[in-house]
Amino acid sequence: MNETSGETRAVVVERDIPYPPEKIWRALTQPHLIEEWLMKNDFDPVVGHRFNLRGDWGGVLDCEVLAVEPNKMLSYTWNFAHADAAFNLRSVVTFTLTPTSTGTRLRMEQSGFRPDQKQAYGGAKAGWQQFFAKLEQVLTRID
Amino acid sequence: MPKTHNVLFRTLADPTRRALFERLCREGEQTVGALTARAGVSQPAVSKHLGILKQAGLVRDRHEGRQTHYSAQLGALAPLIDWTSQMAGFWRSRFDRLEDLLKRMDQ
Repeated sequence: MNETSGETRAVVVERDIPYPPEKIWRALTQPHLIEEWLMKNDFDPVVGHRFNLRGDWGGVLDCEVLAVEPNKMLSYTWNFAHADAAFNLRSVVTFTLTPTSTGTRLRMEQSGFRPDQKQAYGGAKAGWQQFFAKLEQVLTRID
Repeated sequence: MPKTHNVLFRTLADPTRRALFERLCREGEQTVGALTARAGVSQPAVSKHLGILKQAGLVRDRHEGRQTHYSAQLGALAPLIDWTSQMAGFWRSRFDRLEDLLKRMDQ
């Protein structure tokens, strides 16, 4: 799941989805649909288009479309500016859609984290909130 | 669970202590007096909690005149926050939502 390659690392999440690539493509590229599963946005599937993803935790990601191959591949930058350098993030998210006999294999690769950047990622604040929420659950399980 | 995890979890197990730490995370450096004013416990109790947070490496103190200023040390949480597994978790939960959405969408 986690890979180390040279100076940066990547996160890969793959899933077989029982729908054709064309349908998944719509969910990946139409703003009102993106909002339903990812975040509020002003996305446009045009290379060079700059947009923001706005998380419900208040964080805003700066993004730019890098590659668009309809129904096959979509790539954009996923950058998070933070006053504390440890939380700054520059990464690239790439979705790849491969048809299968039962639908589509959807692959998401996010790469560009520095190895020393243990705390930083776009959802850092969300992670924090989850962390504090989960802490209490964890606490009940340790002595 | 590694020993450092246990120390961190134990330190943050106390709700008052965790509230102090969260405030320092959110609002930045503060004096003991400022923290006490909103902590709901006495200043000696706040000082004691801050001492325990300091032992765990979660806060740092800085003396200025008669005041002691405390600030959060986010790096101390690094052992708990492995971004790769967190980010993978983030995307898996988003994929769950994507699948739910696809079920609702027209062909």
